[in-house]
Amino acid sequence: MDAATAATAVDRAWQVLHGVPDPEVPAVSVTDLGIVRDVQARPDGDGLDVVLTPTYSGCPATEVIEASVREALEQAGLGPVRTTLRRDPAWTTDWISAEGRDKLRAYGIAPPGPADGGALEPGTAVLRFVPRAPQALACPRCGSRDTERLSAFGSTACKALWRCRACREPFEHFKPI
Amino acid sequence: MQASILRPADPSAQYVLRLGDTCLILAQRLGEWCGHAPILEEDIALTNMALDLIGQARGLLTRAGQLGAAAGDPPLDEDQLAFLREERDYLNPTLVELPNGPYGALAGGGRDFAFTVMRNAMVATWLRLLWERLQGSSDAELAAIAAKAVKEARYHQQHAADWVVRLGDGTAESAQRIARALEAQWRYAAELFEDDALDRHAQATGLGPAASGLRQPWLDEMNALLAAAQLAAPAESAFRSTGKRGLHTEHMGPLLAEMQTLQRTYPGGAW
Repeated sequence: MDAATAATAVDRAWQVLHGVPDPEVPAVSVTDLGIVRDVQARPDGDGLDVVLTPTYSGCPATEVIEASVREALEQAGLGPVRTTLRRDPAWTTDWISAEGRDKLRAYGIAPPGPADGGALEPGTAVLRFVPRAPQALACPRCGSRDTERLSAFGSTACKALWRCRACREPFEHFKPI
Repeated sequence: MQASILRPADPSAQYVLRLGDTCLILAQRLGEWCGHAPILEEDIALTNMALDLIGQARGLLTRAGQLGAAAGDPPLDEDQLAFLREERDYLNPTLVELPNGPYGALAGGGRDFAFTVMRNAMVATWLRLLWERLQGSSDAELAAIAAKAVKEARYHQQHAADWVVRLGDGTAESAQRIARALEAQWRYAAELFEDDALDRHAQATGLGPAASGLRQPWLDEMNALLAAAQLAAPAESAFRSTGKRGLHTEHMGPLLAEMQTLQRTYPGGAW
């Protein structure tokens, strides 16, 4: 494969990946979430290498994501595809694209704020309790900020459960990490 | 019945294995709450945290197997290491294997949410401090696992700390229960901060920090938490638990039996 063909294959692969949904939050694609770290044409011209990063250490969707990435690319004629998982640098919700955030909101999930809010310098001996009233999120349905957190943990590792006091609807929050 | 394997002999592998066992065994204990937590939100929270710990354990056990193989031990994968060792080849500190209540399965069982809350606060505080330091490990893979896990441990610590305060500063009943949980489990923390040959090896090679170096930062954070919860740390005791050396309590065997039964009965079984 010459360089131009390889570049085309990589471009096409990114387009295909843009349509591969996250299995737990199908409103967003794997590229919206920022978990596809690299796509390379194999030097021998035989398919693609795709580098993925796990969201949470124990995310049960990781293997499903690998399989659906391979399947989608191979169906598009870009195979064979080899996927590898890379932990470094650690995934952060800051990598979720602006488009991904809009899709989350439209799907009823409040998108995460900046992740560095929770970061502590190594060695900092500061205990932070979960704030009783964390900064109010905007309800993804009605936009009101008259909201409250019900539970720090939700239906998947990445989400917390909130409710809106204005429209009386519960909603999920994609936690910044 | 699947035959048992031995833990790798390489000290780097054992150091990583020890941390992996800590995550694995605590995850198993938290998983016991599934369907039994006092409220639905806590059922979800405890199992979510168990899932994070299992994910961390998977990375660590995989890495321990690789480090062992690189040093001439037989190659072992995460599943073999998780499910096919016998009790004395597990190197978790005793604290994480203690039952979820004051009595344990052998004395008729009985869970106490306060016990889990207090242990989670103690362990998550320690692990967060440890993960922070392991981000600078000389082993790039361990550093990468730590960089991911530190974010998760932060949530675990906050959540557990919130509950310690809520119970300690709550009703007479909740305060009495969390005080009992503290009294029963506090003495097991000493083991976390004792340096042994593996810790000295880790420090000398840059693999990880000295265990003793985390003692003061941990105490500072725990004392702040206990004060907020109207509790006080029990007096120092001469008691030392020995799980890090593979010498476990009577609670470890039943835990392993439950955890291992599927892989032992159906070798290589997968979902």
